[in-house]
Amino acid sequence: MTAREAIEITAKRLKDELVICTTGYTCRDMQQASDRPGNFYMIGSMGLAASLGLGIALSKPQAKVVVFDGDGSVLMGLGALPVIGSLSPGNLIHVVFDNGVFASTGNQPTTSGSVSLDRLAVSCGYRQVARAQTPEELAKEWDRIRSGAGPAFLLVKCQPVRQAPAERVRLQPEAITERFREAVHAS
Amino acid sequence: MKTPAVTGAAEACLEALKAHGFDFFCGVADSTVASLIGELSRDPAGYLSATREDLAVGMASGATLAGRRSAVLMQNSGVGYCLNALTSLNLIYKIPLLLIVGYRGYQGKDAPEHRVMGAHCEALLREVGIEVFVPEPEKLSEAVAQADAVMRERRVPAAILIRPGVL
Repeated sequence: MTAREAIEITAKRLKDELVICTTGYTCRDMQQASDRPGNFYMIGSMGLAASLGLGIALSKPQAKVVVFDGDGSVLMGLGALPVIGSLSPGNLIHVVFDNGVFASTGNQPTTSGSVSLDRLAVSCGYRQVARAQTPEELAKEWDRIRSGAGPAFLLVKCQPVRQAPAERVRLQPEAITERFREAVHAS
Repeated sequence: MKTPAVTGAAEACLEALKAHGFDFFCGVADSTVASLIGELSRDPAGYLSATREDLAVGMASGATLAGRRSAVLMQNSGVGYCLNALTSLNLIYKIPLLLIVGYRGYQGKDAPEHRVMGAHCEALLREVGIEVFVPEPEKLSEAVAQADAVMRERRVPAAILIRPGVL
């Protein structure tokens, strides 16, 4: 399973969640899989997706907030994990698509291979932690954590591939903000 | 570096912040703004402690996207960490925030680790397009109003630098 396939599988199971997509191909793959007003494509500020999702989750407790993170970006903003664990928002789901590489800059390795990100999430205080490696496991674990209490952490182990990248994010940043704010307001 | 603050300055600052609708506060601890962090922590508004300043900017940006009015408290040593967040998130997505920044190293009178950022933090923020206010103690509420006006008009962050003795 590639990260793009994992994003497609997860996107198909989304309902009305607000989804923060991290920098790089995660944004582009999500736009291709399911472009929706509740997606926030964070094209810059690598490492901040989980913190951004945390701020939304705390401010909008009635909405489900999902972060689509990568291994490189979660490791860059790792300090967010203990803050999420300590503030413990029940409506936050943190998904990490871990392909072991910085894909959009040419598949340079990250250090995710030597870190147990799921054990780290347990240690930081996430209420549910799961791991998936196949499409079947991903669908099953997503459905399970989606119906339970957060904060939840789902580590999705993916294979790195070389493939033509999906199209760049079409909307300008200001337009992403406008569209997302309306989706937040409606949720 | 302790300079006695104006009595009641932190309470007055919090009142000004609330009067302008600020209702989400997070950041990383700093001695220069410690009295305001203390006020916030005792207030229903609350204060959330982040692990690093750029992550606090991320949290506050999320809160702003969800309709809150957010302020981030930090020491100016955290400004460098925040530059990428401010430039590649807040400024281009038009996500306003109020930065309340302890001004260590002001005029070179501080410990060595604060001298370089003390000399350049104002210019660094202005260079990327963030308006900076450095109020006298009696003008702090006015600075909140000015920064708030910038945030509403331009929909970008604005910064208030707090010199020792102001809060």
